[in-house]
Amino acid sequence: MRRSGRRQDMDTPDSGGMTPLGRKTAETGINFTSTTRFSRGLTFIRTHTLFGQSPTRRIIPQTSLLQENADPQKIAFLLRKQWTLYSVTPMYKFSYGNLKEYSRLLSAFVAAEKQKGLAVEVGNDLGIKVTLSTLLGLKGTDQDQVAILVQIASRSQLPFENAENKVVWSGWFCCISGDDLLESVPEDFTCLSLFLANGAESYTAIVGSWFQKTFDCYFSRLTISPLNLAWMAAMWTGCKVDSHMAATELVFSVPCIPQSLDISYAIHPEDAKALWDTVQKTPGEVTQEEVNLFMDCLYSHFHRHFKIHLSATRLVKVSTSIASAHCDGNIKILHSKHLIGVLTLLTELAISQIQ
Amino acid sequence: MSLVRPFDKLPTLNSAAILLVGTDESQQQQLAEAILKEKKNFKINIHVATSLPLPAERDHIRPRIDLIAFMINMQSKHSLRNVEASLSHMDANFFLGKVCFLITGVGRMNHCSVEMNAVRKLGNLYCSPVLFCELDSEGIRVATAQRLLRMLQICAGHMPGVSALFFSSLMKSSIDE
Repeated sequence: MRRSGRRQDMDTPDSGGMTPLGRKTAETGINFTSTTRFSRGLTFIRTHTLFGQSPTRRIIPQTSLLQENADPQKIAFLLRKQWTLYSVTPMYKFSYGNLKEYSRLLSAFVAAEKQKGLAVEVGNDLGIKVTLSTLLGLKGTDQDQVAILVQIASRSQLPFENAENKVVWSGWFCCISGDDLLESVPEDFTCLSLFLANGAESYTAIVGSWFQKTFDCYFSRLTISPLNLAWMAAMWTGCKVDSHMAATELVFSVPCIPQSLDISYAIHPEDAKALWDTVQKTPGEVTQEEVNLFMDCLYSHFHRHFKIHLSATRLVKVSTSIASAHCDGNIKILHSKHLIGVLTLLTELAISQIQ
Repeated sequence: MSLVRPFDKLPTLNSAAILLVGTDESQQQQLAEAILKEKKNFKINIHVATSLPLPAERDHIRPRIDLIAFMINMQSKHSLRNVEASLSHMDANFFLGKVCFLITGVGRMNHCSVEMNAVRKLGNLYCSPVLFCELDSEGIRVATAQRLLRMLQICAGHMPGVSALFFSSLMKSSIDE
């Protein structure tokens, strides 16, 4: 029962199971203070995500608009691109003041890796330039850490085109409304749990390994389960979009067939919205039952026409006017207005994966 | 259409019957083969059905069913709906220890289309044990077959001093904290 009010629970400090265990470890005196704090946090989390259960209720963030200090050019850069999702454990001793220094070191590291292990001198011009910068305004709550954008630019090989460096790879870290994790993490750690990359995978691997070595964190691919895709389908269908309505499309993969068969199910966005409006009871909040009902309605409609049980297949992709997501962990966000909302859900998934 | 009843027929000497109910026939086949491979000192009948109720016309040649295992594939919501629909065609006496829910496909959590909560709720609602397994893995398949066989022995009354009801209440105390 406690699970049902997930968000509300975090405001009240007496969240059931966490206090007794925390006290017990402190009494035995084996653990150091910081470890106790950490283990207490983990206990708190474990009570909520036993067996990787998703919460039964999610709140649609009210302040879905970006904060005023957001740079519209940078935000526009994040939209309409295919990003691959990763979850990142908290980074140790990451400092926002050292971004320039990090850029320099990472440039040298990328250049060295590209030259297959040959020694390079830090600071030399190597034709590769890495820039770390902050992405201001990308926050769900005031406690969230500032998002970081990493870009790799490569000097063009042709000498007469030396004016512009071409961005060959980009990635960004963010953590939107990741309060549950922040509470449990000791001071020296920076929580930027969600990492999104666009560009050659070899660069992602190099940048990932540098961050892993430097800040003692761990990157892992974030895949999205069919259950969470159903959540996305429902939540994004319910969002208002003023212009450029794209069809709501669901792609299903049929198992047990030698060559995979995909079924694409496209619904007119207004019809999907009308259906969702009849399903949703309280505005601003989505429950698991509502998501199930919404999907069941779509399934039974499809069954009536084609005699195929979509509930026996696996949902692999959802695309709406807001964003599109693939179960492999690829996402494309289309609307800046709903950027924070989409990232909040993804941050939650990333956090539940690293715990 | 008749209900499946646990006590309407006489037991056959030295034999036991298990009924596997589920939508995925290849999984039923896999599990049945694993059960038959196990060494046992009694005759075992494995019946498979995609859903209940069972057809009435062959009821007279069907042996007494000692244990029903409902198979739910975590990757298919349809299998859960099918089991939920089948449950209403059973005699209530079955739920005194002769039913279990076998949850398959738990090995790949990111392919799950069924919430873990839903199956746990189902187990609680029908007072029956929920077993988790991954039939694609050889070791777990064998272990699951052994487990089912043991339960079947108890349900068929082959274990002196242990009844199905006693066993299920033992299982239950370990499931609910």
